[in-house]
Amino acid sequence: MLDPSSDKSIYVQVAEIIENEILLGNLKEEEQAPSTNQFAKVYQINPATAGKGLNMLADEGILYKKRGLGMFVREGAKEKIIKKRQALFLKETLPEVLREADRLEITVAEIVDYIKELRGGV
Amino acid sequence: MLSISNLNKSYGRTKVLTDINLDLTANKIYGLLGRNGAGKTTLLKLITSQLLRNSGEIRLDGEEVFENSRALERISLAKELPSSLKEKKAREIFALAGLLYKDWDEEYKDYLVREFNLNTKKKLSKLSTGNQTIVVLIMGLASRSGLTMFDEPTLGLDASVRYKFYNLLLEDYEKHPRTIIISTHLIDEVANLFEEVIILSDQQVALREDVNTLLEKSFYLSGREDLINPIIKEKRIIHRETFGATKIVGIYGYLTAEEKQYLKAQGVELSNIPLQKLFVYLTEGNKEGAI
Repeated sequence: MLDPSSDKSIYVQVAEIIENEILLGNLKEEEQAPSTNQFAKVYQINPATAGKGLNMLADEGILYKKRGLGMFVREGAKEKIIKKRQALFLKETLPEVLREADRLEITVAEIVDYIKELRGGV
Repeated sequence: MLSISNLNKSYGRTKVLTDINLDLTANKIYGLLGRNGAGKTTLLKLITSQLLRNSGEIRLDGEEVFENSRALERISLAKELPSSLKEKKAREIFALAGLLYKDWDEEYKDYLVREFNLNTKKKLSKLSTGNQTIVVLIMGLASRSGLTMFDEPTLGLDASVRYKFYNLLLEDYEKHPRTIIISTHLIDEVANLFEEVIILSDQQVALREDVNTLLEKSFYLSGREDLINPIIKEKRIIHRETFGATKIVGIYGYLTAEEKQYLKAQGVELSNIPLQKLFVYLTEGNKEGAI
């Protein structure tokens, strides 16, 4: 769902919703992405805002326009999103986790142990 | 689409609007915001020539609207009905609207009456406040006017009816794109419907901006003062609050990726300022944030 109080713009959130659908496999390559008007209706946002999110994904090569038909998922989109999110995970998510761990005085060794436990010792 | 230049209006000696200049693009949804008495309704009534201006021009697609029925029949203003119409039945009011508005859609009106479950045989005065508002909303929607304006469209409506209206508006906007102006107090609820906002303050257009752009350049920074200070030195501060040892500062202006990263690394929390709050900060009189 859209979060109006997030520090991300609504159109960025629109783009992320589509990315998540692609990552989850709900939206496959060469399939049609939801239209701006579908987004507008479901999330009660201005169609232009939804369009901005879709165009952003088109610029990144994740979607492409078919004239008169709408936006479709480009081949290799999932791979692209995974790469992008990996970079984000390493650059932003993980440092944030580590900062919080520092504040809570949890050591890296403890984190590693806990991760192993979560993953069943693998 | 709509072009307003050097528009002035006063009531007696009281100036309400001073040198308003506005150019609206076709087929966008505009939010018209302003504090009580900022002149929103006055501006809308000037556009429909229900009020006389002191000076200035208002043009619809290049044509001056004053005493110009060809332009005026393409503009509708949905607002609370005058008491002179309160003894009329809803369907009589719709019949009048059908005569008034060139692009009126009778079938669509019938559809809306069903959607809102409105009894059109009742006199307006016998309808609840909410249902009277619904009559007004139906007039606005079914007018299909190239320029459709809603003045406080959700007066007395419960949440479910308000959302129904937002949905119907978006649905019809998709099928019949047109220029829409919504003046409202319930800003956050409709913020995402707008493509651009216009803020009236101190008799003037204080701000006119794309909603996304507006939200992208306004932030709350919350954290230790010494960590925040170097970043906000050059920024326009619109709000300050202290919360224990934590400082919460609202700024209006872009942050670079480096600045954001620095703040996050320092444990300073960064969040968006909702439009309603932003509006309050920007229109507060005699404060540092005011425009």
